[in-house]
Amino acid sequence: MSWGRIANMSFKAGCAAATVAFGLSATTITAQAADFSGERIELIIPFSEGGGTDTWGRFWAPYFTTFLPGNPTVVVRNIPGGGSTTGANQFEARAQPDGLTAIGTSGSTQFPYLLQDKRVNFEMRDWRVVLASPTGGVVYVNADLGVESAENMGNLSDVKLVYGSQGATSLDLVPLLAFELLGWDVDAVFGMQGRGAGRLAFERGEVNIDYQTSSAYINNVTPLVTIGTAVPLFSWGAMDDDGNIIRDPSFPDLPSFPEAYEMMKGEKPSGPAWEAYKAFFIAGFPAQKLVFLPKGTPDDIVEAFRTAAQTATEDASFIEDRQAALGEYKQIVGDPAERIFRQAVSVPDDARVWVQNWLTEKYSVQF
Amino acid sequence: MIDAMLSALSHFAQIEHILFLAVGVGMGLIIGILPGLGGIVGLSLLLPFIYGMDQISALAMLIGLVAVIPTSDTFTSVLMGIPGSSASQATVLDGFPLAKKGEGARALGAAFSASLLGGLLGAAILTGFVVIARPLILAFGSAELFMLAVLGLSMVGVLAGKSLPKGIIAAGLGLLLGGLGAAPATGELRMSFDSVYLMDGLPLVIIGLGMFAFPEIIDLCRQNRTISETGGLGSGWMAGVRDMIRHKWLCFRCASLGALVGAIPGLGGSVVDWIAYGHVVQTAKDKSQFGKGDIRGVLAPESANNAKEGGGLIPTLLFGIPGSGGMAVFLGGMVLLGIEAGPSMVGRNLDITYTIVWSLAIANVLGAGAALLLSPAVARLTTIPYGYLAPFMIIVISFAAFQATRSLSDLVALLAVGVLGVLMKRFGWPRPAFLIGFVLAANTETYLYQALQFYDWGFLARPGVLIILALTVISVLMGMRRQPENPVETEELSHSHAIKKTPQILFVGLIFVIFAIGLWDASQHTFLGSVFTGSISVVMLLVTALVLWKLVRGSPDDAANYDHEFDLAHQDHKPVAGLWHFVIWIAGMVAATALFGFIIAATGFFITFLRLKAGATWRKTFFLTVLAITGMCTLAWSLVLNFPGGLLQDMVDLPWPLG
Repeated sequence: MSWGRIANMSFKAGCAAATVAFGLSATTITAQAADFSGERIELIIPFSEGGGTDTWGRFWAPYFTTFLPGNPTVVVRNIPGGGSTTGANQFEARAQPDGLTAIGTSGSTQFPYLLQDKRVNFEMRDWRVVLASPTGGVVYVNADLGVESAENMGNLSDVKLVYGSQGATSLDLVPLLAFELLGWDVDAVFGMQGRGAGRLAFERGEVNIDYQTSSAYINNVTPLVTIGTAVPLFSWGAMDDDGNIIRDPSFPDLPSFPEAYEMMKGEKPSGPAWEAYKAFFIAGFPAQKLVFLPKGTPDDIVEAFRTAAQTATEDASFIEDRQAALGEYKQIVGDPAERIFRQAVSVPDDARVWVQNWLTEKYSVQF
Repeated sequence: MIDAMLSALSHFAQIEHILFLAVGVGMGLIIGILPGLGGIVGLSLLLPFIYGMDQISALAMLIGLVAVIPTSDTFTSVLMGIPGSSASQATVLDGFPLAKKGEGARALGAAFSASLLGGLLGAAILTGFVVIARPLILAFGSAELFMLAVLGLSMVGVLAGKSLPKGIIAAGLGLLLGGLGAAPATGELRMSFDSVYLMDGLPLVIIGLGMFAFPEIIDLCRQNRTISETGGLGSGWMAGVRDMIRHKWLCFRCASLGALVGAIPGLGGSVVDWIAYGHVVQTAKDKSQFGKGDIRGVLAPESANNAKEGGGLIPTLLFGIPGSGGMAVFLGGMVLLGIEAGPSMVGRNLDITYTIVWSLAIANVLGAGAALLLSPAVARLTTIPYGYLAPFMIIVISFAAFQATRSLSDLVALLAVGVLGVLMKRFGWPRPAFLIGFVLAANTETYLYQALQFYDWGFLARPGVLIILALTVISVLMGMRRQPENPVETEELSHSHAIKKTPQILFVGLIFVIFAIGLWDASQHTFLGSVFTGSISVVMLLVTALVLWKLVRGSPDDAANYDHEFDLAHQDHKPVAGLWHFVIWIAGMVAATALFGFIIAATGFFITFLRLKAGATWRKTFFLTVLAITGMCTLAWSLVLNFPGGLLQDMVDLPWPLG
């Protein structure tokens, strides 16, 4: 490492300290359309610091600084609470369509919206989407259950399965719906603090079926597969440009959920349960994390954000750093993001009613 | 393993790593001094700067910050009675009385040297433990975690003070309020009365501030003097270091305890200080001075809470499961640096793990050293007349409180919990017991439910459960050893046995009503969603009825009868104002916030308070107000924080920071 770089970094770190000690003076300059020179743009993250969505937002923020016209300072503002509805409600109520406020949401923001939770006071459909960050996940079971792969997962129909869950209306809705479609007898034990806790319960032998998102699966479950205590069954799958669920590019050897379903049942999945599953799957995985601008944001500003995101995804350092923070998945920007977002928020009414009834009957969720 | 150690050592030979570590330590000291901010905020401030840094330097910087926060948050805990973070709530119990006795410097010296020892010992334990930690962590399933929560709850016995039923009720109240919001088993919203704020449960930081800081501020305002009764600083910090050396085995025990409890994911770092405090009270022969300024009450939590950070790294690194909010941000930082937590951290990335562990040790040395050097100067705060200090303290706790959800509701919650704290203090209800109940409520309920789901009642026969059960029994027995008579205390108590018992009876009645509401609410939910809060309410209604009966029918000498306000003439410092006088001042500020937003309300509060209460000149008032408001705005700006707005802000768009 050269001294120049060290000096540069010491300077950066010094700034970090100075930010706290002395702060920065606020300057408010009215920007010309789509030029953000000297501005501070807030990316609202409706979750507390730490955790997946916050990390994702903080990964993206400096790239927006670099690639937005005028190099504005992009900062993350955490507004936690209400299962992420508080931050989204504030965004809806207060954000001006001037490009100075954006929001980064997660599946946990999309789900209450789709389920028409009473805490939701925002209309996500009206927001202008900038980009979508997909993720995937893999379902695996304890090797003691005697299943070697999706080929013979029909055997699980006669087994008592236990799954550690964060809550029926969390992202775990997707696996719970999947188990329902497969007709498995799964006992969901709630109160897990995050997917990591579920994985720990799996390692302790307290639960025998679990899923992890892609990077956690690769880092923490692959070693278990190698020593033979865990067996992967299927991945949730990914979306192609035409809106079909295909195999997850991170796990080309594993069938996607619809494939696995067909292998087990001998027919393609269908019906309201399937429609519901599909909508929540899209909102939970291929369109899990979304960046929005408020309703009524002028096209030139939306375009500036989309271009910035697009340029970032082609940037060498982005590609290099992406792996750890975002996984293998290609970031979806612009029109494709618009398409996948539309798919994610359009749950057919009968499918929604079906899910609500099912949640109430099976897990006593009140709507 | 040796290779990894050597490779990690070589990182420290490079001066820039140490420099970045020092930057982190410096930041940690500043952040830690400001109550309520803590590791989460500090780390998120640093995250934007780690781009482009090499992994080792960036990690050193992050760890430097994490490591010293439990050291520097001691300043406010000891000197002002404001728990700097949830990890140093127990330090307040004895640290603040020491500062009031004029021994602030000694208490700080003891606290920092204990922090140093705890941090170093934690790192040493980690070095050996990290490679074998995996099976041990996996041995703690839901059943064992439930029993650990029960062990924690058994500390209520020693923290209850004179009247055990009151201790049990206080803990029960903590358990009930801790159960507010979503039920772990079903997600049903309990006792939230359709308020989005209550749906998320009460934030721990607000409970800590309301229970401890708020009543102290009210008391000090009423007595209108300096924090230090002598007006001096007493024997210097070297005396504190000597205290630590005298009680080194205690510190060793508490540090090991801290590292171990911190390493168990799911228990959470916020109980470590209480467990250590309970431990020292249980094992002490002379318990009479605890709560009044026993130096051991400072040493125990401080040695434990620094060791805890080291322990907390184990689940974070090995399983990617953060044990605390701060560790969650640290994990995020690792992801941004391209390091993935998991088994590889004790495999091919073992050198990184050792670098992290030893950075922690070095950071503790730097942090404790700097804090020791600073302590004589900072301890002078206790010699400032409280009229001048009070508005700063009130603004500081308000600022800390609305870190929780950044809304006006935080201030309202602080006021409500604060009033409860004032009443509990007045009537001699043990607030630590309440805190223990509150902190452990979620763990107790969640793990009991999960253990029953996984193992049925058979979980009670698991070897781990039996071992912890035995520990619990031993701990309760040790706590029950007879306390030696203390003539001073007996005399003091006799002045608190009020003849006029109506205020107390009304307060117990209020608690009775709270439990009744808890029971009514439980009846509105499914079995799984209500069994925990419902059972607690039923049991507590019975105990509360017992205390009520004792108060109404019993003799005035009963231990349950206690009213601090009964014989004010007997107190060393006769209050200059009634109990509610300053509560109303603070309530006024909260009300003004609801109307005009926080910044306008705070400015108005500062000016009126300084003019009317401290009798400051206009020039002084202006200077102090500008200092406080600019300081707060600066901090809020760098934290990307909006101040809570009021009606005014709803009607008119105002520029930041007013809007």
